[in-house]
Amino acid sequence: MSTLTSVIPAGFDVAKVREDFPVLKQTIHGKPLVYMDSAATAQKPFAVIDAIRKFYEVDCANIHRGVHELSQRSTASYEETRSKARRFLNSRFTNELIFVRGTTEGINLVAGSWGRGNVREGDEIVVSAMEHHSNIVPWQMLCEEKGAKLRVIPMNDRGELILDEYEKLLNPRTRMVAVTHVSNALGTINPIGEIVAMAHRAGALALIDGAQATPHMKVDVQALDADFYTLSGHKVVGPTGIGILYGKSKLLNAMPPYQGGGDMIKTVTFERTTFADLPHKFEAGTPNIAGGIGLGAAFDYLGTLGLDKIAAYEHELLLYGTEVLSRIPGLRIIGTAREKAAVLSFVMEGIHPHDIGTVLDRQGIAVRTGHHCAQPVMDWFHVPATTRASLAFYNTTAEIDALADGLGKVKEIFS
Amino acid sequence: MVDDLYQEIILDHSKHPRNCHAMDDATRKAEGFNPLCGDKLKLYVKMEGDIVKDASFMGSGCAISTASASLMTESLKGKTRDEALKLLEKFHDLLTTDTPVGKDLGKLVVFCGVRDYPARVKCATLAWHTLKSALNGAAEPVSTE
Repeated sequence: MSTLTSVIPAGFDVAKVREDFPVLKQTIHGKPLVYMDSAATAQKPFAVIDAIRKFYEVDCANIHRGVHELSQRSTASYEETRSKARRFLNSRFTNELIFVRGTTEGINLVAGSWGRGNVREGDEIVVSAMEHHSNIVPWQMLCEEKGAKLRVIPMNDRGELILDEYEKLLNPRTRMVAVTHVSNALGTINPIGEIVAMAHRAGALALIDGAQATPHMKVDVQALDADFYTLSGHKVVGPTGIGILYGKSKLLNAMPPYQGGGDMIKTVTFERTTFADLPHKFEAGTPNIAGGIGLGAAFDYLGTLGLDKIAAYEHELLLYGTEVLSRIPGLRIIGTAREKAAVLSFVMEGIHPHDIGTVLDRQGIAVRTGHHCAQPVMDWFHVPATTRASLAFYNTTAEIDALADGLGKVKEIFS
Repeated sequence: MVDDLYQEIILDHSKHPRNCHAMDDATRKAEGFNPLCGDKLKLYVKMEGDIVKDASFMGSGCAISTASASLMTESLKGKTRDEALKLLEKFHDLLTTDTPVGKDLGKLVVFCGVRDYPARVKCATLAWHTLKSALNGAAEPVSTE
């Protein structure tokens, strides 16, 4: 239906890449699956699935304690992921990378551990208007407990943060600026380097929610000078239930443990416990070992494809998708930032996103409908919900055409 | 097919909802909320003794939830409180069980297609959850979660 021709960056063979993702080879309600919900969770390549299978079939043992062969193998591959995470985020030290369940736990860890010791009555925490609930609620809970104040950086009609307003919020009481690198609901890529620098000039720290950025672009925590940076494994084609929290070692060393238990101690008596050094101080209990190993395979996979190539290809998809959707009468794209990841959030006049989602599903097209765990974003744009097609490097322009056809069917039913 | 879900009556009631207005002399009011999709609904009921004399609603929602509220308010008028609550139970069974479709549901049988769309059951029941709360005089907004 489209006459647009898309320029695909040289060296990115999407047909070949799709062969790596078994889940994509299926039909849904008799139609080929068109998966456009990668901002919720990305699909997994064989490399990740095989790594998890190998762990359970060949290497399964608990880590950090056994002297036997299997325990040494599983410890080595689990810890290898930490080194891969160091390269993935370009942190200075490997022990600055803490395994967590995902971005949500990473933020809760910082709000709980750092926040408890460093936030006092009358202090201020700054978040932005486009945060996911996971980067609002932990700070809100902390503020309530401490009598601190939560302040919000506003955004403009395009869904871009207004930095002049942000500057006005900063003051000597600001302790932390917690902002997302890329918005899950709008796709906006925030100028994180600048946001961090402004926080530092005001004497505050900066935590960056990297859940949506890490699947789509090269991240360098040292270049950004972020104090904390979090990612979720399942968004970067890895398993669910595993993620990484990066923190500057100086800060992490000064923070109390997050949870108590095994693996996070040096010595325990009933009188006194001494805690392990980084990173284990923050890793109580047997972790998600298979998840950690799978995440390592995911880092390798993305590294082989090349995040620069992924970003370039996805940008082509975004331009193509924006063009195709803009031609549909009555459709309004929500989130039109100049710097944007491949997220197409939209509303259609007189048609509720849930109805759009159901009709698309019956055509094999998986999109997300609702508030995307970002209710304040929906309120700001005065919509109860949106339909969101979030694209990944395994999507194609033909699938975007299928989406447009599907939306044609939606209009047929509801107009 | 998706047309089984979006039957003509449902589309008609979603595009032209009946009883979609506030009611100044309502004797019972309640608010419903579906946190999954953000849909909100205000329900107004006017009781005369034990009889539902009038019912209306306001809110924004999907085709299923709007049509459900519209058809519900139509079907309530003239029913006693107990009859209304019984209808609620039957409607719920229609959506969530495989029991044969009862004759006494009237027009509400058009929602039988929702059975095959488990993710949409809450859209169809929001108005009815809110009704229960209105009839029971609950003060807090009712949530489908």
